[in-house]
Amino acid sequence: MRGLKKSYGRFAALRGIDLEIRRGEIFALLGPNGAGKTTFVEILEGFRHRDGGDVTVLGIDPDHQPMALKTKIGIVLQSSGMDRYLNVAETVEMYSSYYPEPRPVAEILSLVGLEAKRDERVLRLSGGQQRRLDVAIALAGNPELLFLDEPTTGFDPSARREVWEVIKNLRGLGKTVVLTTHFMDEAQYLADRLAVIASGSIVAEGDPETLAGRNRMQATVRFTLPEGVAPPDRLNVTPLPGAIYEMGTTAVTRDLHDLTEWALGVGVELSDLRVERPSLEDVYLELTAEAAAESSESTS
Amino acid sequence: MNPLTQLRHQIRYINKAFWRNPASAFFTFAFPLMFLVIFTSLLGHHALRISPGRTIDVSTYYVASMGAYAVITACYNNIAIGLAIQRDSGVLKRTRGTPIPGGVYILARLVHALFVAVILVVITAAYGRLFYHSSLPTGVPLIEFLTMLLVGTLTFCSLGFAITCVIPNADAAPAVVNASILPLLFLSGVFIPITSTAPTWMVWVARIFPVRHFTLAMNAGFVGTTFNWMDVVVVAAWGIGGFVVSYRFFTWEPKR
Repeated sequence: MRGLKKSYGRFAALRGIDLEIRRGEIFALLGPNGAGKTTFVEILEGFRHRDGGDVTVLGIDPDHQPMALKTKIGIVLQSSGMDRYLNVAETVEMYSSYYPEPRPVAEILSLVGLEAKRDERVLRLSGGQQRRLDVAIALAGNPELLFLDEPTTGFDPSARREVWEVIKNLRGLGKTVVLTTHFMDEAQYLADRLAVIASGSIVAEGDPETLAGRNRMQATVRFTLPEGVAPPDRLNVTPLPGAIYEMGTTAVTRDLHDLTEWALGVGVELSDLRVERPSLEDVYLELTAEAAAESSESTS
Repeated sequence: MNPLTQLRHQIRYINKAFWRNPASAFFTFAFPLMFLVIFTSLLGHHALRISPGRTIDVSTYYVASMGAYAVITACYNNIAIGLAIQRDSGVLKRTRGTPIPGGVYILARLVHALFVAVILVVITAAYGRLFYHSSLPTGVPLIEFLTMLLVGTLTFCSLGFAITCVIPNADAAPAVVNASILPLLFLSGVFIPITSTAPTWMVWVARIFPVRHFTLAMNAGFVGTTFNWMDVVVVAAWGIGGFVVSYRFFTWEPKR
């Protein structure tokens, strides 16, 4: 999609988004609440119409051929009910009956791990099980592309794990998955690629390891030295309280080599030796904070 | 995908869920039958003067009226409350994201409501026949009766769809639905026969809204009063109005 825009009244929910999602990948859209994640996916799903820009989903413009698109995608909404009085198998069968080429129900239930619950009424399922049933319903039409809007928001850790495992399994089916989340660990665990959205704009895009040059940012080498031993000046080491030393570096391999060579030479042990990179969370918080500051400047 | 097959499947699932849901099975299905038993048992063989020189058993009156009441709950209450709950919980939005045409989904609800209404009318008539020897319409009155039944079912479904447009959320649904229909049921003589002593304003309210017209036409075949095609026309007009409102304002997404 290019230059995707959407406003609600005077509020610009999306301010021109350019993004390409590749077939077969799990793509995460990461952003704080109110950043425009749901608006974004609902435009792709055909629920909302865009105000500007071009969008193609599986070669289809969602505004022009919504029906053609609906047979090829599966949607898990942020929160959506189902008939509480049908059982699990009936629910999936019902949704299967809407599609021209449904996937066999038994196969879907085993994919999401609900075979044992097939005769259980929906109202007796736990939160995690209902979420897995959501995914099962989204798989009913054997879609090429799956949208998951905040699939684990509001779940306890074990229910989150359940849902994560189900999503991981989808990779094996060759489906393209687009998920939105505001959890860093979720994006890191599941996504092949991710984009960070804040205040209606994409502020960074990449794979979880290298997002926003995370791998190239200055790393910190930290270690402790025995009392009375000082590191050589050429290594640019900063002493911290408690005989701990810190060395900032953008060339980790070389500087670490120098450090260990010196340590072996003088015969000291670098206890607690650690190399730390900024976490995805650090990067994310920095990016979204910048965007929030910019957007409040531009509106005021 | 064949829309007719989709329709048949959908009705089957609606039907399953309907009977398993205690609220719908009780309030839609058992409620009118309970009233039928209470009214007829309580007032049984009293005579009721329906026109100068003509009296019938009160039981016959109630068999006919409760038939009409059953149709109204099966269509109006059932669809309005059911749909508002489905809209609020996101079932409708989810459905909107699948390839089933909206028309097929709505039609399935309508056909199912019609099905429930017909079962209720049949039970009501059979009950009247068995315990109170009420007469059943035959010949031309039967055709007139079936016409009103069909038109009435469609109208009260259509009004059910229309009222969901003003229901703000699922919690408010039963209140809005009952507040809109209960007074009318009383003012239209469904629960208590309206006699010539009724105040003028009440008569006018009954004349404007569809409930009285529907009840009169439904009763004609049972109690032997004249069937007036104007009643069918008024009810149908309300149905068309309901359709226009629903078509314009119906939403698939929760109102928040």
